[in-house]
Amino acid sequence: MNLRIDAEKKQGHFLLQVNTEVSGERIGIFGQSGSGKSTLAHLISGLLRPDRGEIYLNDECLFSSGKSVNLSPERRRIAIVFQQAMLFPHLSVKANLLYGYRRCHPENRRIRPESLIALLKLQPLMQRGVHHLSGGEKQRVALGRAVLANPRLLLMDEPLSALDDTLRFQIIPYLKSVSEEFGIPYLFISHSILEMQLMADRILVIRNGQIAETATPDQLARNCMAQSPKGYLNILRLSDPVQDNGLYAYPWGLNTLLISDGVPTGASLFELSSREIILFKKHPDAISARNLLECTVTEMFDSEGRVGIVLSVAGEKLVAEIVRSAATELEITVGSILFAAIKASSFRKLA
Amino acid sequence: MILVAEDIAAIWLSLKVALTATALALPLGFALAWLIVFRQFRGKVVLEVLVNLPLTLPPVVIGFFLLLLLGKNGWIGKVLDASGIPIIFTWKAAVIASATVGFPLLVRSIRLGMESIDQQLIEASRSLGAAWYDTLATIILPLSLRGIMAGSSLMFARSLGEFGATIIVAGNIPGITQTIPLAIYDYASSPSSVTMALSLCLVSVLISVVVLAVHELLGKKLDRRSAL
Repeated sequence: MNLRIDAEKKQGHFLLQVNTEVSGERIGIFGQSGSGKSTLAHLISGLLRPDRGEIYLNDECLFSSGKSVNLSPERRRIAIVFQQAMLFPHLSVKANLLYGYRRCHPENRRIRPESLIALLKLQPLMQRGVHHLSGGEKQRVALGRAVLANPRLLLMDEPLSALDDTLRFQIIPYLKSVSEEFGIPYLFISHSILEMQLMADRILVIRNGQIAETATPDQLARNCMAQSPKGYLNILRLSDPVQDNGLYAYPWGLNTLLISDGVPTGASLFELSSREIILFKKHPDAISARNLLECTVTEMFDSEGRVGIVLSVAGEKLVAEIVRSAATELEITVGSILFAAIKASSFRKLA
Repeated sequence: MILVAEDIAAIWLSLKVALTATALALPLGFALAWLIVFRQFRGKVVLEVLVNLPLTLPPVVIGFFLLLLLGKNGWIGKVLDASGIPIIFTWKAAVIASATVGFPLLVRSIRLGMESIDQQLIEASRSLGAAWYDTLATIILPLSLRGIMAGSSLMFARSLGEFGATIIVAGNIPGITQTIPLAIYDYASSPSSVTMALSLCLVSVLISVVVLAVHELLGKKLDRRSAL
């Protein structure tokens, strides 16, 4: 997917001025509330008309003030998943799911409802009214409805913000799997760095109505490390643990991580804050933390007075964060050998 | 309760006038409410003022304006008269008077219903491939049903009670243009006809109760359906 936007839109005192080109299948739009993310989404989907400029999707002109082109939303084939599921309250789950499918030209119907219903595990919900669904179920139906419209682009506008953490991380695999399974590129809008790390390959950072930068999830997490309450979030996919004195021992590269918040079987996703990693210059004699890992510093970066230390732990990567004075005191440089101590309770299970 | 043949005719005429006025005003009221709620255009405020004007004007004033417009020398009356379609002092004039007076109530209720629809539902529908008229038919119309029902009931009830504008443009001709309020007015002018007036008042109350009951029942049915 290639998206090219050079557009302006004034709304009251707010001016959105975007000029960017981005390619990829999993694009993120990151920004704080009021930065213009949703306005940008509305311009792309055709729900708002830019004051001037042009918008191209895969070389097709969606809008051009110069050429007097403005494709209506239904002709753009850009389906939106909103923060609130926005299921049609007067229609059944089935009618909601098929709303876009029935309006899609038969030639464009690549996705069969049965396969999507199976993928999103929607079969048990089909006969229920939308008022009887939980938040997570509603969002799954909304996702299914958007995908069944067979869009060229899926636009997800903060689709996880209204959900609690448990539901949020239950939905993420569905979001990713529909995109991968049916080959639909998406634009994922969020103000959460963690969601960006999990959902996007390439991120447009929007600030005060302008694209401030284009970044990878790792670059974004580094840039936001100092302001974020959790610092840099390390995301770890771990599986097949062994129970060990009330903890779960997960294999991780050549090491083993002891985690208190594990599950007996299967794969899990954990987050580990960069601020939860304590670094030692020498091997400590005895510590209470259950994980002590020997590691090599491969990179160091600054983030507003704090120092991010990229560690290689037997080939696996971790990012720790310390204050500048600590880095000076420990004489940490690229290539330094350090010991990282992490408490078993510092790992937070996401899914 | 005593009802003579002329009273029965007045009751039927009232129902006919109220039903016709409501049925005729409904599509236009829905279209105008949609324009006001969902469309941005120049002169929107003027349109809103015009729609609501009959609500603030005395019905007699409305009747007088209609008489000027529909009378033999009026802009519309002249054309209709030439086409052999008489309006003034016929039951059709009573329909026009009722429709004009009750119209703002209809539009206001439908508008309230439409304003309660989440804008994102409409955006979702459009992004799923529905053209504006498709969204209007499949999302806006069903979700405005409560407002449409409330507006229709209000307008029907208002039409039943319409007096001032009707007496000016339709007159008070028993069996032809005499509706319940006009008949009650006639009876009330004569002290010997108090019982007759009371009978028609009772019929009026009865019709109003039925209208309100039907409105409530339909509303409950809609609520049950949307809760499924």
